[in-house]
Amino acid sequence: MTISKKGRFASAGVAAVALIASMITGVGSAHAAYNCDPFAGYKGIKGKTVTIFTSILDPELSTMKAAWADFTSCTGVNIKIEGSNQFEALLPVRVKGGNAPDLALIPQPGLLAAMVKTGKVKTAPAGVVANVNKYYSASWKNLGSVGGKFYAAPLGSNMKSLVWYSPKQFAKNGYTVPTTWDGMLALADKMAANNQTAFCGGIGSGGATGWPATDWLEEVVVRMYGQQTYNDWISHKVKFSDPKIIAAMQKVADWMQNPKYVGDVKAIASTSFQDAGQTIAAGGCNMLQQASFYGSQLPAGTNISPTGDVFAFYLPTINASVTTPVEGGGEFTTAFSSRPEVQAVQAYLSSATYATSRVNLDHWVSANSGVPLAAYKDPIDRLSAKYLADPKSTFVFDASDAMPAAVGAGKEWTEFTAWFAEGKAIKDVAAAIDAAWPKA
Amino acid sequence: MSKVAEHTPGRKLFSSKIAALVVWTITIIWTIPTFGLFVSSFRSKADIYATGWWHVFLHPHFTLANYHDVLFGSQTQAAVANGVLPYLVNSIVITIPAVIIPIVVATMAAYSLAWVKFKGSDFVFFFIFALQIVPLQMSLIPLLQLFTGGAHIGSITIIPKLGIAGHFAGIWLPHAMFAMPLAIYLLHNFIASLPRDLMEAAYMDGANHFKVFRQIVIPLSIPAIAAFAIFQFLWVWNDLLVALTFASGTEEIAPINAKLASLVGQFGSGWQLLTAGAFISIAIPLIVFFSLQRFFVRGLLSGSVK
Repeated sequence: MTISKKGRFASAGVAAVALIASMITGVGSAHAAYNCDPFAGYKGIKGKTVTIFTSILDPELSTMKAAWADFTSCTGVNIKIEGSNQFEALLPVRVKGGNAPDLALIPQPGLLAAMVKTGKVKTAPAGVVANVNKYYSASWKNLGSVGGKFYAAPLGSNMKSLVWYSPKQFAKNGYTVPTTWDGMLALADKMAANNQTAFCGGIGSGGATGWPATDWLEEVVVRMYGQQTYNDWISHKVKFSDPKIIAAMQKVADWMQNPKYVGDVKAIASTSFQDAGQTIAAGGCNMLQQASFYGSQLPAGTNISPTGDVFAFYLPTINASVTTPVEGGGEFTTAFSSRPEVQAVQAYLSSATYATSRVNLDHWVSANSGVPLAAYKDPIDRLSAKYLADPKSTFVFDASDAMPAAVGAGKEWTEFTAWFAEGKAIKDVAAAIDAAWPKA
Repeated sequence: MSKVAEHTPGRKLFSSKIAALVVWTITIIWTIPTFGLFVSSFRSKADIYATGWWHVFLHPHFTLANYHDVLFGSQTQAAVANGVLPYLVNSIVITIPAVIIPIVVATMAAYSLAWVKFKGSDFVFFFIFALQIVPLQMSLIPLLQLFTGGAHIGSITIIPKLGIAGHFAGIWLPHAMFAMPLAIYLLHNFIASLPRDLMEAAYMDGANHFKVFRQIVIPLSIPAIAAFAIFQFLWVWNDLLVALTFASGTEEIAPINAKLASLVGQFGSGWQLLTAGAFISIAIPLIVFFSLQRFFVRGLLSGSVK
């Protein structure tokens, strides 16, 4: 699942500082404090209220509010945002019950498609279409479209194809960052020979336990077969029980279920993804495949830089014919109302002004090309933004997010958890997931 | 009654030493997680993430910081920037009417079903009782549609749209509705078992139904009403599903449970807030339970065993 759900990355400290800063400027001389020029186009929405429903929680929720504080102050619009960790379950209930929010930040294209099917989702207004055409690549626009119609603009995004490691430990042990898949496993063999744990792993995540394992398979599938097979896999033209996917699952098993590399395989299922990489800096385990947002999980004070305690390298490709495969994700601003103030907020959120304002506040990556790369202060964010913006890379969206929710946010998680926790056979796991696929 | 009970085999079985041991063991096992949560709520964030709560016995180190952050707000924890007190107030605002409304309606319904004879009253009672088998989850979406759109047959409006979704009334009503079958059942059994002589004497003296209801039935039914009130209070207080569905999670309306659910935060980095927040939310039901608990057992038994 959902990079985007777990996804955005915010340190409480930075968020709080930003909040306090915005309070101080708000209390002080209001007119001098912020520049209202960028918002001159949003008129006639003063005093109106727009409700937003999201799976994003604090501390990031507060950072979002801080990022649009200037917009709301200048235009006079009131944005009420509600974050819930039950978002995926509650949104369909509220939409079907006629109590839909004005805007929902949907992190799964599968859920977006399900919502569009209810007929309650409004197509993107002209302002949003203009922004998306200008700032986002065609592949991002496609991800916000259902059945050829464009509905939802991307908001945040992030990159999953990273391996976290410790530059200091690597230097100490004489290891070098691998650039091929086989090179990575050869390095792991070397670590095993030195009695070290090569790979850290944890797929625990409360009700979403299992999602990190779906990422591992997705990374391998795109690396072995490229974008076409990957997309066919999402649409179930290529089934889980297809020999190609079975082979990819075997590749994952050779990597993350190899006791030589990971130690106790069953412990991966019971370890939370947050805890998995806590000992990287100390050399407890050496490499963790996790998304760009993982940096916020590391203990405060960890030096995350190319020469520091912890950094990340790009997860190398398997098949040389697949150029620079990148798996990423994000959430999409979906509208259930076409009131002018809702469309204005929708347009603002898809603009480079909002994205830059958000990037300036903390660790957050946008696929919006209007954000200058120099705006990213964090080296991991800059690394991610570089790959997300690269037109040559083979970019794919998180497959479990794009599959029907019953599979991508349900059966795949539970079956993969059984795969790790109980050693369930690969063909049984694949068959169970195929059986859960909704009949069209 | 207690004299008889002492001689029954059941009574003997439950007062033996082995039984006591079993009961105590179960009690302790059931209490351990709550106790662990309680201990954790006094530990610092670093301690909670580093070691299990049982380490306090060897290295006692306690802090009130979690409670301070949760109650009064914290500048470094965005999740509790304003503290949880507004949500605690919301919970009280939601719970009290959601307890009183079903009690008022159900007491009157129970009296009329028990003592006002009319054709089909048994069938009505049975029908209401049978409604208990309808799962709450099944009725969420239809009820929400009713609130937001009303009910229509063709172009004729049966029920106008109430527009109360997202308001406190939109939470009170579902709670009152879902509580009604059990409330009427419990109170009916109790009220029906009041002595017939008492009622008849009152009618003979010229009292009408309203007078009997007000001056005889209600005072005598206090134990049953209190027992149901505890039930309903705990149910509404602990509810998350109804509140999240019919209201929203914003500070103006969300109950403390909705806040607690998100306290742990986007990245699971707020466990220390959750532990303290959970104990603050437990405090009020505990007060209610202990102040009304003497009614609890009496009221429960009165409705069923006769």
